[in-house]
Amino acid sequence: MSTTSINALVDAEQGSSLWRDAWLRLSRNRPALAGFAVLTLFVLVAILTPWVAPYDYAQQNLELGATPPSADHWLGTDIFGRDLLTQIMYGGRISLAVGFIATAVALLIGVSWGAIAGYMGGRIDAVMMRLVDILYALPFMIFIVLLMVVFGRNMLLLFLAIGAVEWLTMARIMRAQVQSLRQQEFVEAAVSLGLSPLAIIWRHVIPNALGPIIVYTTLTVPSVMLLEAFLSFLGLGVQPPETSWGLLISFGTETMEEYPWLLFFPGLVLAITLFALNFLGDGLRDALDVRGAKD
Amino acid sequence: MLNVNGLTISFTSREGTTRAVDNVNFSVTAGSTTAIIGESGSGKSVSCYGLLGLIPQPPGRIESGSALFLDTDLLRLNKHALRQIRGRDIAMVFQDPMTCLNPYMRVGAQLMEPLRYHRGASQSEAKRQALDLMAEVGIRDPEITINYYPYQFSGGMRQRVMIAMALINEPSLLIADEPTTALDVTVQAQILKLLSDIQLRRNIGILMISHDLAVVADIADQIIVMQEGKVVECGDRAAIFERPQHPYTRKLLASIPQGQKIPSSISSNPLVSVRNLCSWFKQDNETVKAVNDVSFDIYRGEVLGLVGESGSGKSTLGRSLLNLVPATSGQILFDGHEVISLAASELKSLRRRMQIIFQDPFASLNPRMTVYDTLAEPLLLHKLETRSSAAGRVLEIMDEVGLARSYVRKYPHEFSGGQRQRIAIGRALASRPDFIVADEAVSALDVTIQAQILDLMKTLAQEYGLTMLFISHDLAVIRQLADRVVVLQNGEIVEQAETTALFEYPQQDYTRRLLEAIPGKSLL
Repeated sequence: MSTTSINALVDAEQGSSLWRDAWLRLSRNRPALAGFAVLTLFVLVAILTPWVAPYDYAQQNLELGATPPSADHWLGTDIFGRDLLTQIMYGGRISLAVGFIATAVALLIGVSWGAIAGYMGGRIDAVMMRLVDILYALPFMIFIVLLMVVFGRNMLLLFLAIGAVEWLTMARIMRAQVQSLRQQEFVEAAVSLGLSPLAIIWRHVIPNALGPIIVYTTLTVPSVMLLEAFLSFLGLGVQPPETSWGLLISFGTETMEEYPWLLFFPGLVLAITLFALNFLGDGLRDALDVRGAKD
Repeated sequence: MLNVNGLTISFTSREGTTRAVDNVNFSVTAGSTTAIIGESGSGKSVSCYGLLGLIPQPPGRIESGSALFLDTDLLRLNKHALRQIRGRDIAMVFQDPMTCLNPYMRVGAQLMEPLRYHRGASQSEAKRQALDLMAEVGIRDPEITINYYPYQFSGGMRQRVMIAMALINEPSLLIADEPTTALDVTVQAQILKLLSDIQLRRNIGILMISHDLAVVADIADQIIVMQEGKVVECGDRAAIFERPQHPYTRKLLASIPQGQKIPSSISSNPLVSVRNLCSWFKQDNETVKAVNDVSFDIYRGEVLGLVGESGSGKSTLGRSLLNLVPATSGQILFDGHEVISLAASELKSLRRRMQIIFQDPFASLNPRMTVYDTLAEPLLLHKLETRSSAAGRVLEIMDEVGLARSYVRKYPHEFSGGQRQRIAIGRALASRPDFIVADEAVSALDVTIQAQILDLMKTLAQEYGLTMLFISHDLAVIRQLADRVVVLQNGEIVEQAETTALFEYPQQDYTRRLLEAIPGKSLL
């Protein structure tokens, strides 16, 4: 066998190519890698916070009060004299967890729901999407308040509740994608090969529908983080002394004129997270689009 | 009338500068037709679009040359002056009429708009002229159809509307870019006839772009053959067809489907038996009888041609044989198994044995799967190979369908149409089926590629001992491959016969019409 055909054989054996190629392309995309690195750093810090935080988050120092950044308190302190860096670190635990877990829940339910409804069509589609419409029509606040009243205030419930609302739009986007993909001949070819509907959805439909989904996901994470802040502000989410980025920002807004750093630093951290997410999202979208590849 | 000299157009991209058109000369005289022939990428369209300032600059750049049109050099005109000429003196007809018409505007309104605004005609005057034009291009009942939306017309009628629009300003030159490529052969013949009628009546010059010599055989006076941006041969029709000089011209001529399959010995044992098959579906509360009470057999080892115009139900029929569209009633027996009422598990094992090749190789391959993934899928699905042994078989298939092994990790968008169709053929053959439905498998390809793919299918059909249903709107293609032919019209079989008999003694008017429409039959 000649070297080229041996190479071809080796190439061929390396198997499922889309994800491997996508990873290779992603690893060549500097902004996306930087975004990934920043997010990883934030997550690591969030996990290690109880051990590395400079102060106790609940420890007040009323005599000190609000001070601007200094050598003792790098990012300053709030009106109760609590260290802002510590607050941001603890707040990140909540915000990142809400952001990622609720988005993951939304992604999982929304993508599978939309894909199945769009692919099956007919009566199944009608029933599944009417359910989505009904949930859309429910006033979100009442839904959350009811959940909280019935089950009590519970972080896990907060994740689920937000995820349960965010998946609706995801399902609609996915369904529209799948409906147009279903008409394509390569899907028909897959049917004629004998693939089961689930295998077709998984192998042929979802990879081709990911572009808009990824973009929407990167938009969902920040909106979920802000939703959490809103719920907490209403007293339905986290309660002081526990905190989150959203809460820090909303308290910071109140005292913006006297103590601008209380708004600036939490806002900066949130902005950096969103930038990182966007770069990573764009990178992922490009990496999965084999046609845009420049090899 | 139009005299193009030394036209050179280049495109600059990341990889460098390429000359898409290199020192091209041609001319069109009033009342005659000049045809530019070449494959996709030969620069035939670029040369015409370049004249009218319709190529984006950059990346495109007209390097040199002149194009004298009625004593004006088109290449020296500014954008504004060129736009004047483009609408008024030179009109264009494109390949796909659907994308050129506004889908939300009535056809009549689209015709009347330029008359009203550019010519200042009154509403009633514009309407009268629009009706005249529609009648001239052979649209039936213009009084009624003037209120139709584009989707209410068939492809051929839409192309007539496009031609009517092109004629509004009474141009002296008509540029037609593959005007019939998206149409059935019968409609193609009508449109070509229409173009030459208009030419006679109005004494206009026509510049026609096509990939197919046969199409222009009856209407072109001058023929320019282009390859890779250069003119390799030009001359009048007789010279090109009777004394082709350049090997590429000869290759194009040889690609015109002609000749006939030598009938192979066929068993009298049917592999597929279709009895009283109906496939109906509902559309706007009306029942469309796409396939209506159809019965025929496909014998083991034979290639059965299925011919019909678009809308005849031939694709629906092919798909219902494979249970890809549900049949309304009737019976399909595949090797003794009833296909229609099969349980899912039995259907899967039957699916291994029957495969399909589609028309559009750009739509029929998953854009996110490499050649390897596409070809390995059926092997792994039907457990014909294990994960570790699949690679060897994939490379074997690639050899068989004539794809270089080094392409194994490439994605569909990196291939040309012909190569993609090879991948699609490979996928269909991977599971070693007994029966293949080829649905217009070569219709979307350039003629030279079409000839290659037909050869490949012939060879593989023999090697694999395949039984095949070959669906096409073009009898010339069917003749090369099929042992027997079934003619379908409006969902019903009008004639079925052995290929030779059908071509020599067609029994039905409809069949005769299809035979008449074969392009370039004057050459044969």
